[in-house]
Amino acid sequence: MNKIFFRPETLRDVPTHYCAGCGHGIAHRLVARAIDELGIREKVIGVAPVGCAVIAYNYWDFDCSEAAHGRALAVATAIKRVRKDNIVFTYQGDGDLTAIGTNETIHAANRGENLTVIFINNAIYGMTGGQMAPTTLVGQKTATTLKGRNPEFEGYPLKISEMLAQLNGVKYIERVSLHSPLEVIKAQAAVKLAFENQINGVGFSMVEILSPCPTYWGLSAKDALAWIKEVMVKEFPLGKIK
Amino acid sequence: MKNNKILISGNEAIGEAAIQAGCTFYAGYPITPQNELTAYMALRMQQGNGTFIQAESEISAINMVYGASAAGVRAMTSSSSPGISLKQEGISYIAGARLPAVIVNIMRAGPGLGNIWPSQSDYFQATKGGGHGDYRLIVLAPSSVQEAFDITIKGFDLADKYRMPVMILGDGILGQMMEPLQFSVASSQSSEKEKLTTKPWALTGCKGRSPNIVKSFYMIEGDLEKSNLELQKQYKIVQAKEQLWEEFYLDDARLVLIAYGTMARIAKGAIKTLREKGIKAGLIRPITLWPFPQKVFSKLTKSTKKRDVLVIEMSYGQMIEDVKLALECKYNVEFLGRSGGGVSSEEDIIKKSLAIIKRKSE
Repeated sequence: MNKIFFRPETLRDVPTHYCAGCGHGIAHRLVARAIDELGIREKVIGVAPVGCAVIAYNYWDFDCSEAAHGRALAVATAIKRVRKDNIVFTYQGDGDLTAIGTNETIHAANRGENLTVIFINNAIYGMTGGQMAPTTLVGQKTATTLKGRNPEFEGYPLKISEMLAQLNGVKYIERVSLHSPLEVIKAQAAVKLAFENQINGVGFSMVEILSPCPTYWGLSAKDALAWIKEVMVKEFPLGKIK
Repeated sequence: MKNNKILISGNEAIGEAAIQAGCTFYAGYPITPQNELTAYMALRMQQGNGTFIQAESEISAINMVYGASAAGVRAMTSSSSPGISLKQEGISYIAGARLPAVIVNIMRAGPGLGNIWPSQSDYFQATKGGGHGDYRLIVLAPSSVQEAFDITIKGFDLADKYRMPVMILGDGILGQMMEPLQFSVASSQSSEKEKLTTKPWALTGCKGRSPNIVKSFYMIEGDLEKSNLELQKQYKIVQAKEQLWEEFYLDDARLVLIAYGTMARIAKGAIKTLREKGIKAGLIRPITLWPFPQKVFSKLTKSTKKRDVLVIEMSYGQMIEDVKLALECKYNVEFLGRSGGGVSSEEDIIKKSLAIIKRKSE
């Protein structure tokens, strides 16, 4: 009998620190499985963000570096430039990639660095206690938008994927979601393609993953998935952007 | 180019030294008065197989150096004062992650945007931390183009030896000034260099070994303290082994001038004139600003000879604090300094020196 669902070899069999219903566990698995399927574990160098996934390297079984908040793509740029034969990726949240690291993000993309970016969009700052992120939806209540995000003062959700798609250096961007098994299967394919692109020298490839944060959305794990499906995807439509 | 003398600016000499030291990665962002160094690295990296990146900011440049160093190559960035302020976050992370790196600061005057004139007012920032956390940089302060070349090569060796960031601290005069440079054969012996550049901790892909992690985050209780104590242990070794200084007419000096970098050259000129006037003046020129050359000051505090001390800086008094600590209040310490682009002249130093001597003999 063919086993079709299993723990990827590069995902360590250890408990994670993530909250119940958090999407990081699934996203970590998607990365690990893509790496396994492509047989690149020994060549991979991951760059972990500052945020909830800062110790992702405790769960993955390959070389990793931390980066200062927002600087993952500067760090990854240099690693890839000096180790062209390695496969280098960053794993970043919405605060890291679209707020404090926007400059590093845009310029690494614009230089067309041959990198893979896994971008976790959960519309909130998780690690610091649920503050507004650039991707927080209008009306979404957070620790710093008590009455909900008000565009008059806080602007609108930042769609970095659509912005980056304008750049010549960017070769592939797709937005996927973790809100159902079917969407997870699609997400797996996108993550794998983003790594394959790097192997084939295609260039800057990013997968934006809509990911649940039940704790700071104030929802049950199940309701958080429903919120992505019914609310979040309206602001952040799924599919290939470039 | 070996054994040839060429006329070259300090900025370019530092760049050539980096190449000779085997630096294969440079990232920088334009800022005066160090632009010649960035341009030189663009040229030389293109000629070789190195990587040059003009980064989108100084913050990005230092984080690129972090990444290149994590991947195991010799890496450098350079900037001038306001840009170095921006790099402080990255320098702290480099120190915390125990990565070697060379950072060049060709100082200009501040605070704020200040101006592009030479200055030594980043001494505190360079030697006392700059970024957050308990960390140190080895700070090397050359005073000639030749020394800028030699000490940059040494800086790469020290960075690898101790796995810590090294700062080359020059000023706008040193960066812009052209002087003859004798290309010396590279730093360490090839066997020693091989030892220094063998980095089993580097990120290369985990083939044939367990994964390497480059990190400065220690969440489990006690782990960060343990890591910090290891850093402190390393810093103590650096303090014991790596102090460098130059003595100039020091042994019989009645008046001891203390100056570093460009300011020390001007002080030397003043000392010659003072000696012609029969005044026994001498100089201590710290070459390592951290570790501060305590050893030469201990020689002074152990002797019973009557002396006065004059600290001269292109600042309103930063190194003077280390001098006073090193002298344990045993000598009268005077100060002469300008900042904001002004530089004390030989005449200023002579005048101040004569005033000290006159006052003391009254």
